[in-house]
Amino acid sequence: MACIEAHGLRKAYGAKIALDGVDLRVEEGRILGLIGPNGAGKTTALNAILGLTPYQGELKVLGRDPWTDRDQLMCDVCFISDVAVLPRWIRVSQALDYLTAVHPRFDRAKAEGFLARTTIGHASRVRELSKGMVAQLHLALVMAIDAKLLVLDEPTLGLDILYRKQFYDSLLNDYFDRSRTIILTTHQVEEIEHVLTDVMFIHRGRIVFSRSIEELESRYFEVSVRPEQVAAARALKPMYEREVLGRNIMLFDRVDHQQLTALGEVRTAGIADLFVAVIGNEAGNQAGDTPGQRQGAGR
Amino acid sequence: MNTPSDALRESPLESDLVTPAVIPASRRFYWSVRREFWEYRSLYLGPLAVGALFLLGFLIRTIHLPAQIRAASALNPMQQQELFEQPYTFAALLFMGVIFVVSVFYCLDALHGERRDRSILFWKSLPVSDLTTVLAKASIPLLILPLLAVVLTVVTQLLILLISSVVLLASGLSVTTLWSHLPLVQMWLMVLFHMVAIHGLWLAPVYCWMLLVSGWARRATLLWAVLPPLAIGMAEKIAFNTTHFAAMLGRRFGAGPEDVPFTTGHMVMAPLTELDLSKFLLSPGLWTGLAVAAVFLAAAVRLRRYREPM
Repeated sequence: MACIEAHGLRKAYGAKIALDGVDLRVEEGRILGLIGPNGAGKTTALNAILGLTPYQGELKVLGRDPWTDRDQLMCDVCFISDVAVLPRWIRVSQALDYLTAVHPRFDRAKAEGFLARTTIGHASRVRELSKGMVAQLHLALVMAIDAKLLVLDEPTLGLDILYRKQFYDSLLNDYFDRSRTIILTTHQVEEIEHVLTDVMFIHRGRIVFSRSIEELESRYFEVSVRPEQVAAARALKPMYEREVLGRNIMLFDRVDHQQLTALGEVRTAGIADLFVAVIGNEAGNQAGDTPGQRQGAGR
Repeated sequence: MNTPSDALRESPLESDLVTPAVIPASRRFYWSVRREFWEYRSLYLGPLAVGALFLLGFLIRTIHLPAQIRAASALNPMQQQELFEQPYTFAALLFMGVIFVVSVFYCLDALHGERRDRSILFWKSLPVSDLTTVLAKASIPLLILPLLAVVLTVVTQLLILLISSVVLLASGLSVTTLWSHLPLVQMWLMVLFHMVAIHGLWLAPVYCWMLLVSGWARRATLLWAVLPPLAIGMAEKIAFNTTHFAAMLGRRFGAGPEDVPFTTGHMVMAPLTELDLSKFLLSPGLWTGLAVAAVFLAAAVRLRRYREPM
């Protein structure tokens, strides 16, 4: 069974279209990175999946309609939307008590185990903790919930690099077990690259790119082209080209590796490079079609 | 991700085995009420502080108590009664007032605070429905605080009775005069009736309106709660030169339903007759008020479901 299945998902805020017919399918046991520029519709898509916002179109999460079946769904789905949304007045012990009481899948001992590895005391209030510690606390609470789907929307925004790294490490080591599904969004694409199994790019309310990481690694290569090979390289139709320190860097899709080695240094394309290429091309196309639309469409 | 078909068949069974016991709705409700007391500690600290202050004042006043008792024998029975009852009545009225003020401020923030600090995103990640949350919040002014006021009144009155008795005995006076003039149990029943009838039922539309405003307004919840009713009253006056709406609001806050002697001061001490109770329960004002309160609450639940945090 697919964990999430959407067909023609649409959502408009007045005249602004946040989701413009999204089709997506996320299988169980995947870690999907949903990546897009600001205002591309990431958060709206996640809110629809979490039953936080009504939508048009078809959407099933764990076989349920997230809007009408939200209360049941929240037993199996957990999410962290944004950093520091834990209420500032709550004590760590109160959060543990409350979750133990209301959540059928919360394992208090597990949460206490995670917290024991941090410097967070049970008597402290959230307002007394640093931003990084609040994120640690929230992650400890969420990881102690035996959920089938975990959604993380910018869970590490504004944290320093140590906390960010720790966050994703414990997510992988202590939580992910191949039966759970995780969706996450972040602006720090490079940091989550090694975590993901799948990646999707969302742009102007549409999914414009959707690949597994294995596919990504076998299909897309970036070549730092030697000056004398530029013409030959261009003949192979790179999907994107940029200039760095006088060298032409070209991104190729499904071009024979041998052929590419002849042109220059080859390396696997990073998600960030691909993102720039795909979104850059998209934006270029759109601007070509209807000049002036670019500023207007940014939400 | 190739899963062998055997494993596929097994997995539903497995998940059935590990499915934890279903949590009863009452438990979610109870803990949702508890968390309101964690967040809004003024709900109990406010009344407790006022009670403590009152007791302190009373303690200072007991210096004059023996002299008062001696002088009392010169008064007629009615005056005696009033004199002895005075601090007890005052304590009851004090808690009624405090609970009303605390309730108003609680209602104006209850659904606003969680949106303001975006913690609604945390609460909504838990399997507690909007209905449970809103009902738990509404139960604070409609049920919990009125009962708290009753308990605090009883405890405070017992404490001042204890203090007075000790002082009287210490100055070699008899406590019988004092004790015989205090219909305490009757007073407690009156306070209980008042808190449940007035705060829990009669004022329900007022509290629920404020809850609704706190779930809707982006800021200045107090203004949004007060201005629209004022505007409606003024519009009515200008358009039709009538004051039905204002009169209705006045009855809600002041007199209670028509023909029922509800003005707080008299109400507390006047013996409660069955006639008053049935009049109250049969008054159309009570039931329209409750219906309006239910509509406000339903709207508040819907708002919490549809609205995104600020």
